[in-house]
Amino acid sequence: MFKLWATIIKDIRILTRDKVWIGFMFGMPILLVLIVTSIQNSTFELINKNKISLLICNRDTGRISAEFIEYVDKIGMFKLEQVPKDQSEKLITSLMHTREALLAMIIPADFSVKINAKSKIVAGKALHTFGLEADTVDVNAANMQPVTLLYKPVLQESFRRSIEGALYSALQLVESKQILKSLYFSINEKSLPLTLENELLNNRVAINEVPVSRDSSMTVPNASQHNVPAWTIFAMFFVVISLGCSIVREKLSGSFTRLKTLPTNYFVALLSKQLTYLLVTTVQAGVIFALGIWVLPFLGLPQLNMPADIAGLVIVTLICGMCAVSYAICIGVFAQTEEQANGFGSVSIVILAAIGGLMVPSFAMPESFTTIIKLSPLHWCLEAFYGLFLEGGKLKDVLTNILPLLIIIVSLQLITFFGLKVKKLI
Amino acid sequence: MNPLAVNIDNLTFGYPGNSSPLFSNFNLKIAEGERFGLFGPNGAGKTTLMNLMTGLLSASKGSIKLLGNEIKKYDTSINKLFGYIPNDLAFYQELNATENLEFFGAWSGLKRKEIKTRTNELLGILGMAEVRNVPVKKFSDGMKRRVNLAIGVIQNSKILFLDEPTVGVDVQTRFAIINYLKELNKNGTTLIYTSHQLSEAEGLCNKVALLDEGKIIAHDDLNVLLTRYSQEGLECLFLNLTGKNYRNL
Repeated sequence: MFKLWATIIKDIRILTRDKVWIGFMFGMPILLVLIVTSIQNSTFELINKNKISLLICNRDTGRISAEFIEYVDKIGMFKLEQVPKDQSEKLITSLMHTREALLAMIIPADFSVKINAKSKIVAGKALHTFGLEADTVDVNAANMQPVTLLYKPVLQESFRRSIEGALYSALQLVESKQILKSLYFSINEKSLPLTLENELLNNRVAINEVPVSRDSSMTVPNASQHNVPAWTIFAMFFVVISLGCSIVREKLSGSFTRLKTLPTNYFVALLSKQLTYLLVTTVQAGVIFALGIWVLPFLGLPQLNMPADIAGLVIVTLICGMCAVSYAICIGVFAQTEEQANGFGSVSIVILAAIGGLMVPSFAMPESFTTIIKLSPLHWCLEAFYGLFLEGGKLKDVLTNILPLLIIIVSLQLITFFGLKVKKLI
Repeated sequence: MNPLAVNIDNLTFGYPGNSSPLFSNFNLKIAEGERFGLFGPNGAGKTTLMNLMTGLLSASKGSIKLLGNEIKKYDTSINKLFGYIPNDLAFYQELNATENLEFFGAWSGLKRKEIKTRTNELLGILGMAEVRNVPVKKFSDGMKRRVNLAIGVIQNSKILFLDEPTVGVDVQTRFAIINYLKELNKNGTTLIYTSHQLSEAEGLCNKVALLDEGKIIAHDDLNVLLTRYSQEGLECLFLNLTGKNYRNL
């Protein structure tokens, strides 16, 4: 026990004397959390609070296009700006650049006439199915020009699709209203009363958004809840650089050989390194969580809400830390030089983070990635943390994520053991 | 003859991939209390033999006994019998001399109190008491060599293996190290030493063996060998027996 204690003290002394390392292990994740949370928070606000500039060129003079614009405005996503109706598409494009508008919409000149005609055709067909006579309408009258939506290519496809969806719903509302009016007029030979129009068109079923949580809390996830756990895991796994290099340095300097000539098993050195770095990863997690709770709100960012099961969080953090340490030891044993440990260690962590869902959510990844995702230890760490932070789960709720982590830890330790044996290091 | 510190009997060892073994039916006896020098050109097998004696390498056949104990029958506990001073500066540059000695003392199996006593003693003897709290990375090469030596002798073993312990040091440090090693030997430590500094070896060793291509080509008291081959010094004896050609190994 004394030997282990002396080795831990030695490892801690070496670590704490490397100021660059301390800056890297603690400064890097703090910066990452601050920057990524700020960026993601402003993206959330862009969608939820800020409005997107939309230039509208209404070439139609009718009432229906005005109603359509009114409905688009009511969506609440857009800051509308009308441009003169005689502007060419080229001029509108250049206007988009000068006014920093991401979108522009051109409503064709015959919009109202054609919508009106189309509604009469639909109403006529409906009456015909009821066995009633309808007014004769020229079916070709409904062949209308489309509404044109111009967009800047910087707009991501997913975001563009949601904009399209919103515009379609406004368009559908206008068309439905017109069809209703035509139907009503054909049957009653008088205009649709305003009260009935409102009843039919505006009395829609509401959508109640509820975040799904295991503890039935209604806390809405925010950018901090997503980013703090993710970048904490990233930082924990980055011990690969320090720990991997420490093992390689020991091998190259001859200290390793000297230790083998002393009456102590080298496993004491490995155990000490694992315990020391496990402590480091736990402190890293503590510092980043503290940052999320106390510092982020000062910077105008949402506060990190800690999970209800703190004991569960400690256990998950320790298991994630142990996984990171096991990975780092494995790299250190197989790397021949510090450059190899550094290069392979850091690149592999970035790749494992990418496929593990730290950079792009796993649900947004292609189907072919479903197996690969499961190979990344960072994926299981993230799922376990999200289970606690986002879903309000307890330790028992994230056991399905902890089990693969334990399997990965045991596998890495076995690989390390065989590596030491094959290289005749033990 | 004194009891044997090292007894190598019918040893066979070869590196994987080499067509013939480096040592074949190799025998060597080193008595307790000797200051034994092992010399030979590059590639002769000195370091390999040192690694076999310290258990860093395992022989495919034969036996190596340290103070009567066959090393392959033991785990790391046999390492208590010897100290090892490698050619590399094998310690932690970020730590100071005291911290290095504390750590290696613990790994040598010493108790806290013994470590403290031995650390103070060694830092005093090797002239490092005043710089005990300075990180070793700030030391000169000579001071680093003294730290390397102090770590190797901290456990006060009966056998001390030294692989070129004075490489790159000034005359004063070499003088201090050699004197300290002689002092240890007087107190009963068997020294097993290898170096290319033959003039230094001449002043330290009372028994020498010349090794070439895995075979002992001469082994006796230094003075006996010099008389037998009518040579004035160890360097002349070395060149006489191993030739003057380059060894590209």
